[in-house]
Amino acid sequence: MLTDARLVAAKDLRIELRSRVTVSQVVPFAGLVLVLFGFALDANRPTLDLATSGLFWVTVLFVAIMAVQRSTAVETTDGARRALLLAGVEPGAVFIGKAVAVAVQLLTVEVVLVGGIVVFYGASIEEPFLLASTCLVATIGIAATGTLLGALVAGVRARETVLPILMLPVLAPVLLGATRAFDDALGSVAVNGWSWLAMLTGFTAINIALGVLAYGVLLEET
Amino acid sequence: MPRGSDVGPAVSTDSVPGVCVVRLNAVVALLGRFPALAGVDLDISAGEVVLVQGPNGAGKSSLLRLCAGLLRPESGRAEVFGLDLATARSAVRRRVGLLGHDTALYDELTVEENLNFWAAASRVDRSAAVPALDRLGVSHRLHDVVVSKLSAGQRRRVAIAAVVMRRPELWLLDEPHAGLDQSGRDLVDELVIDAAAAGATVIMASHELDRTLDLAGRTVVVAGGMVVADRVQSGEGGIHAH
Repeated sequence: MLTDARLVAAKDLRIELRSRVTVSQVVPFAGLVLVLFGFALDANRPTLDLATSGLFWVTVLFVAIMAVQRSTAVETTDGARRALLLAGVEPGAVFIGKAVAVAVQLLTVEVVLVGGIVVFYGASIEEPFLLASTCLVATIGIAATGTLLGALVAGVRARETVLPILMLPVLAPVLLGATRAFDDALGSVAVNGWSWLAMLTGFTAINIALGVLAYGVLLEET
Repeated sequence: MPRGSDVGPAVSTDSVPGVCVVRLNAVVALLGRFPALAGVDLDISAGEVVLVQGPNGAGKSSLLRLCAGLLRPESGRAEVFGLDLATARSAVRRRVGLLGHDTALYDELTVEENLNFWAAASRVDRSAAVPALDRLGVSHRLHDVVVSKLSAGQRRRVAIAAVVMRRPELWLLDEPHAGLDQSGRDLVDELVIDAAAAGATVIMASHELDRTLDLAGRTVVVAGGMVVADRVQSGEGGIHAH
């Protein structure tokens, strides 16, 4: 299973590297969203300080929608999903491989975004380990949930519009937990970030298990 | 090299002539809520080359997808290689090669990267990729070209090479000549003949009767999701009911 997952992840990442969509479109888009949020709230500096964590994760969610849409389209455009079934690739491995590829893209964007909030918003990182752990766990959760929902809407004609409608509410717990943990890491609000990270870890574990179990059914039925 | 040795089945447990490879009995299959197959009865033996013909929407592609294990039978009895398609579709899939309307190629990857990926995914040795491309007349200078830069015909040849590489026991070809030039069409004909000579079973759906009637030993006519005629070509070019 891990061999197949690595194969699928490597293929998706190679496609992304070759198309350069993440570097040339997604990263600039994320940076632009961050800057525009900054323009909108800069007049009220305390509000911007308080909202930094939330703005960061809302931007990550927007980027995640784009990444998942591309990841889904790669398999649906020319019938590759069927070919994966025929090849006998374990559906759980396809799920893990695709989720890993999405997570790697999101983490790349998040590195740039962390730089962005430090430079543009003047944020200071007080707990770097908590910040890095939150990024890692929340990103895996977002990628796993997004990949599963991407497979769910793969057969839907208007999947580009249906996917965000499904993804955003389902990922609300991640937005909440990651924002709170980030608040602690940035020292902007006095909360226990580690307990929020524990909640995020639970959410992520549940969605990975759900994805490994359900992806095969979705691959067959859509 | 004996005829078909490079395209013959990798595993030939059920490729003994006369052994029933496909057995369908009153099979109903749905596409959404639409009955794509409405009670199909059909037996196909190992080594046969069967042409499936019929009007658009008759159920030809659905029949091929059913045999590939991609469409679940709703009722009736469906077996491929003696395996029940209701319960053992995964095992069937590994032994068939389906050429559909889609090419299942990734636009951003090169021809060779695509074939290497599908070889690894199908547990086929990667060294099978280049000979398969050679067999389809795909020039070596195209191996490092990304698929999005290929013409439709070149793309189709690469897709067929991906099927050849797997050396399936059952070939399911949906409009195999579509989008190919004359030399490509001739290569497909050669492949079908060689695969059958090597003991593989071939089922192809096609509207190009002038080409495929000569290749097939048997013609099955599908209409309204049912087999309405089944004829075996006689040696003299005539046909008689099967």
